[in-house]
Amino acid sequence: MKIPLSYNLRNLAVRRTTTIMTAFGIGLTVAVLAASMSLTAGLREAFRSSGHPLQLILMRKGSGAELSSQVSRESFNEVIKYRPGIAKLKSGEPAASLELVNTINLPSTESPDGMNLTNRGILPEGVAMREDFTMVQGRWFEFGKREVIVGADVAARYPDAGLGRTIRFGRGEWLVVGVFDSPFPARKSEVIGDANQMLEDFQRGSLFSSVLVRAQDEVSMQALTNSLSAEQRLQLDVMTEKEYYERQSSSGNLIQYVGTFVAVIMAVGSVFAAMNTMYAAVARRSKEIGTLRVLGFSRRSILLSFFIESMILALLGGLAGLLLVLPLNGLTTGIGADATFAEIAFQLRVTPEVASTSMIFALIVGAIGGLLPAFGAARKQILDALRDA
Amino acid sequence: MRFLPLILKNSVRNRRRSFLTISSLALSICLLGVLTALYAALFHSSPPAGQELRLVTRHKVSITNVMPTWYKEKIRAVPGVKEVIIWQWFGGWYKTEERDRQYFFPRMAAEADRLFAVYPEWQIPEDQKRAFQADQTGCIVGADLARAQGFKIGDKINIRGSFFPINLELTVRGIYHSPHESDSLWFQFKYLEQGFESLGWPNFAGTFTMLAESPEAIPGIIRTVDAMFANAEAPTKTETEYAFGLSFLAFLGNVKMILLSICGAVTFTILLVAANTMAMSVRERVREVGVLKTLGFTQQKILGILLGESLAISLIGAGIGLVLAQGLCTMLRQAPPVVQQIKTLTIEPAVLAILIGISLLLGLASCIVPAWSAARTGILDALRFTD
Repeated sequence: MKIPLSYNLRNLAVRRTTTIMTAFGIGLTVAVLAASMSLTAGLREAFRSSGHPLQLILMRKGSGAELSSQVSRESFNEVIKYRPGIAKLKSGEPAASLELVNTINLPSTESPDGMNLTNRGILPEGVAMREDFTMVQGRWFEFGKREVIVGADVAARYPDAGLGRTIRFGRGEWLVVGVFDSPFPARKSEVIGDANQMLEDFQRGSLFSSVLVRAQDEVSMQALTNSLSAEQRLQLDVMTEKEYYERQSSSGNLIQYVGTFVAVIMAVGSVFAAMNTMYAAVARRSKEIGTLRVLGFSRRSILLSFFIESMILALLGGLAGLLLVLPLNGLTTGIGADATFAEIAFQLRVTPEVASTSMIFALIVGAIGGLLPAFGAARKQILDALRDA
Repeated sequence: MRFLPLILKNSVRNRRRSFLTISSLALSICLLGVLTALYAALFHSSPPAGQELRLVTRHKVSITNVMPTWYKEKIRAVPGVKEVIIWQWFGGWYKTEERDRQYFFPRMAAEADRLFAVYPEWQIPEDQKRAFQADQTGCIVGADLARAQGFKIGDKINIRGSFFPINLELTVRGIYHSPHESDSLWFQFKYLEQGFESLGWPNFAGTFTMLAESPEAIPGIIRTVDAMFANAEAPTKTETEYAFGLSFLAFLGNVKMILLSICGAVTFTILLVAANTMAMSVRERVREVGVLKTLGFTQQKILGILLGESLAISLIGAGIGLVLAQGLCTMLRQAPPVVQQIKTLTIEPAVLAILIGISLLLGLASCIVPAWSAARTGILDALRFTD
């Protein structure tokens, strides 16, 4: 026979100060875990949803990031551009874009001393391949001019990079003529302009950074990957754009490790606190336990009842913790990506996965904390229990 | 003080509860201790002797952006600069192209003729120094690195280039000892320059490392150097070598804020745990308070006894927690350092004082409400009280 749940609920309500304090303690523990997890979840989502499924990034062998890669204009024109399997643009030209990547430094709202941003120089093919861009404000930059467009995240987070402002990098000033949005979050943290203008500013000669190539279909994508990576004249690493971005989501790992470490230590403390509360509950209700036994409730029912009470306590704690971190959902922040030395903006995400992991974490705390006191309650002899003061 | 035995007796009368409370407090204080120590080490520590005079100038954006080598002469002319060298991070792969921790160590190119002038605290036999300077493809390794990788003088080390498409074939010419770090490999910048030449690259420098004449000269040097290049093609950022290491960490997000908010959450959790326990233990004892009052104990004395108990428990918890924290700090010091500051991680006296202060305050705060109300309960009510 099961002791009704309302018995536990009433008990928790009667000792509400203790209940609230214990639950809140568990809640804070859960909040630390959930906050660090929502950060990595947001970062992962930002990178995972970036990248065109049919596009490949070509970088010099071993460079790992566009920033440290070099590809010359000659090898692009002679060896890469006209490969079979590359899709065609509306203009009839192959969908292959030679790109120049640098980092620039601008003061942001979060770091007024300056934060690094990815600066990309592209050619007409690069513009044509960015159909995903929608101009929120202003217009595209014009070739041959010192003009740039900035991603929506840049415009929002860098006061100096709004529409109509001029920013300084390379050898002089650049006018911001447009703000774009894109379904690919990683792109929205970039400052984009005419590659030929930038080559001169950064004294790169004819050395660009990387090549973005769009395949006709999945079969030709595989063929392109094979032929380009085997090409002796090039010495290139070929990666799908998706894969390239996904790799960078490891940037938040350190924060996740620290968060988990702290949460686990706090959890052990919370287990002790929950145990304390439950032991007190058992001690105080000794007579009740005796009475319940006399009424015919089995030891197992008693055990279960106290165990459940502890779980309810933990559930309340978990909910409190999630409520605490919920305001973080959607909050935009930036993190330095470890491969690009530049900031990428992303939104913290309290995903269902984050929420369920946090709840499970809370319930584990409740289960461990409640088990021993519940056993203690179940083991009590009826007569001793009734006699207890 | 007369009541000390009573207080101590009281705090152990429910052993299980005291044990659980103390453990819970100890863990939280331990965590708080490590975090505070980390905060202090990262943001309030001063560089060890020998390092405080060293400054690094890099491109304002990051060390992957380069500066022209002619900056060096302009920097040398800045008043207060004793010596300056070009210092170029090389990276590359040793043995494997995987990201293998085992074979990972810093590899730097520097101007060999003046390297030891900028790092005066290094100890290296004179003949080894000369051998290194005389051999364009020579290198020196730190003592720790030599031990870890089994490098001996005369060994050949091949490094495959990554960022720079240049393969190095180096010979170990010397092993240096340093009180700060000795797990890097240094080779001649000239060797790298040759590589640039064969690639047709212009000469450039990743960073300039310099030694100041005196600590007083440092702020002036920083200002002058950065102002000098503010409008040049490559604007610079000059900082102490110690702070330079931290700039990599700052990049990972707002570390200061993250640390502080975690500390806040932990402190608040401790308060909850402590307050909860004290409330339980006081309520259990209301009847006893009635008895004490009948015996003639005044309100103040009873309040004092209850507060004393709470303080005793939080102090014991804090004590154990701090010992644990110091242990953890020692462990973290041994771990591969993310930044140099971790190597000196310890619970400083100031941190110790702050933490003991916090735990005393918490002990008081957690107990004051239940103790006050218990002490004020009238004798009859107290004696009649059933929990």
